[in-house]
Amino acid sequence: MRPQGGNLLDAKTIQTLANRRRADAITMIHRAKTGHTGGAMSSLDILSVLYYDVLSVRPDEPRWPERDRFLLSKGHSVEGYLAVLADRGFFPKEELRTYSQAGSRLIGHPNNQTPGVEVCTGALGHGLPVGVGMALAAKRLGLSYRAFVLMGDGEQAEGSVWEAAMAGANYGLDNLTAIIDRNGLQISGGTEDVMALEDFAAKWRAFGWDVAEADGNDVAALLSYFHTPRPLGKPHCLIARTVKGKGLPFAENRKEWHHKVPTAEQLAEGYAALGVKGVDWL
Amino acid sequence: MKTEAARVAFTRTLLELARADKTIFAAATDSRGSVTLTDFAAELPNQFVECGIAEQDAIGISAGLASAGLRPFVCGPACFYSLRSAEQVKVDIAYSHMNVKVIGVSGGVSYGALGSTHHATQDIALWRATPGLEIFLPADGPQTVALTKYLAKSNEPAYVRMGRGEVPNVYDENDAPFTPGKANVLRRGTHAALIACGEMVYHTLAAAELLAAEGVSVSVYDMHTLRPLDEAAILEAAQTGFVVTVEEHDVHGGLGGAVAEVLAQQKPTKMRILGLPNEKLYTGTSAEVFAHYGLTAEGIAQAVRAGR
Repeated sequence: MRPQGGNLLDAKTIQTLANRRRADAITMIHRAKTGHTGGAMSSLDILSVLYYDVLSVRPDEPRWPERDRFLLSKGHSVEGYLAVLADRGFFPKEELRTYSQAGSRLIGHPNNQTPGVEVCTGALGHGLPVGVGMALAAKRLGLSYRAFVLMGDGEQAEGSVWEAAMAGANYGLDNLTAIIDRNGLQISGGTEDVMALEDFAAKWRAFGWDVAEADGNDVAALLSYFHTPRPLGKPHCLIARTVKGKGLPFAENRKEWHHKVPTAEQLAEGYAALGVKGVDWL
Repeated sequence: MKTEAARVAFTRTLLELARADKTIFAAATDSRGSVTLTDFAAELPNQFVECGIAEQDAIGISAGLASAGLRPFVCGPACFYSLRSAEQVKVDIAYSHMNVKVIGVSGGVSYGALGSTHHATQDIALWRATPGLEIFLPADGPQTVALTKYLAKSNEPAYVRMGRGEVPNVYDENDAPFTPGKANVLRRGTHAALIACGEMVYHTLAAAELLAAEGVSVSVYDMHTLRPLDEAAILEAAQTGFVVTVEEHDVHGGLGGAVAEVLAQQKPTKMRILGLPNEKLYTGTSAEVFAHYGLTAEGIAQAVRAGR
């Protein structure tokens, strides 16, 4: 497999961009009075590394046949995803103002009427099967694009994830990478209390995947993972250890922030913690 | 009279089309034998995807294939593709508008004595209430050939239900008229109109013959497409003053429900809905189940006699 990664921006720059997207996301959630703050924060370093470095995409030609595919299987973390897509130019940033407003295409889960969104997601356990199909199509058609699927850790209880895990290994899809936002919390509490996942890496290995673990909130560590060639002949799983609510002191590692909405005061506190003055689309 | 199973007509046609069009793919869930895709898989392995016994995964994989511009037909027992993977069909295909054709074979009570685990008698109701899918129930082999040719060119997501066993041809092998969304009028009569879909079209035509011999003249419509629904044909049928629907489906939410919705709101008309009762079903071969519930030429004719 060819090394992933574009090497266009350094880790510090991507970290700064990730924090700006965090500010975008909490602003969207605050304005709409709805959203999934915790998961959006935990996944934004992963999303930023993908969209500012790893993925080969054309924002002005979203359906370019050889584009790398990305699926946000944990669709509820949509705010960070939309902020990144807008910043990459898939649609005008001002449209973020319409998030969750009546009639907007920017709704509470990814909707493929939005440029850059491949399929509608949000019902958990759907992304990896679709990613398997995308990666398999590339193999059958002789195309070099890759497929990346970002899942939640609570999502791993869905049986369809493991149907796809079997299929990905069965077809030796080394052009497919599953990334798990392993923040350890789901809506009812800790993942190990709700439905235990550990030994989680062993499960993926047993299903025939090339498994790696990294700090999913460390941009440099993520870049290192994606820039290192991975083994051929099997799909890849990155268990990205993250902090739910990452970057917001009042929300980090607190399960109620799964879908709590920041107040005006918390928004200001968040901006300060993120080192961001505000957003550029209001 | 020539007979052929719709699934056999489908796979024969799909293989012919896929030889010329390399974007046509078939996906199966350990169902290549039951669908009759074995020849396809052997001849065109690069266009065949085995998903194992995992219908949810198969639907998702097919949506992924479609995102690359391929034209996947994902095929297996209708009972599993209508319910086991219902959410994947709803989200990954219908809501996301991915060009996947979901082919449910051995639908209705085709599996007979295997019992309700293997019957698909609620699929029309399920997909009628889910926007974004065309819905087809072909009447016989020749119509299935025409339908398959349409599906191979269409960019619309679709669900197709076909039966398992051989059915007598309703249509001429080389001339099966098929326009999606337009019912075929097979007989015109004045005393009643019978609207049927799938394998029930043959039995309904036979019922019309029985009635004709008694001096009762009925129209027969083949409603092969449940979405888009041919409302004009339904309103035309209502001009007889008595409409009887016939389907291999629960009496709730299927063809009868669709026709009733149109007539109740646009032209209230006396109706009978013939189908499978909303209860734990009698088991036997599909012919025995049909006989038990009056889904036979005589049973249908009797419903017309009693209702007029």
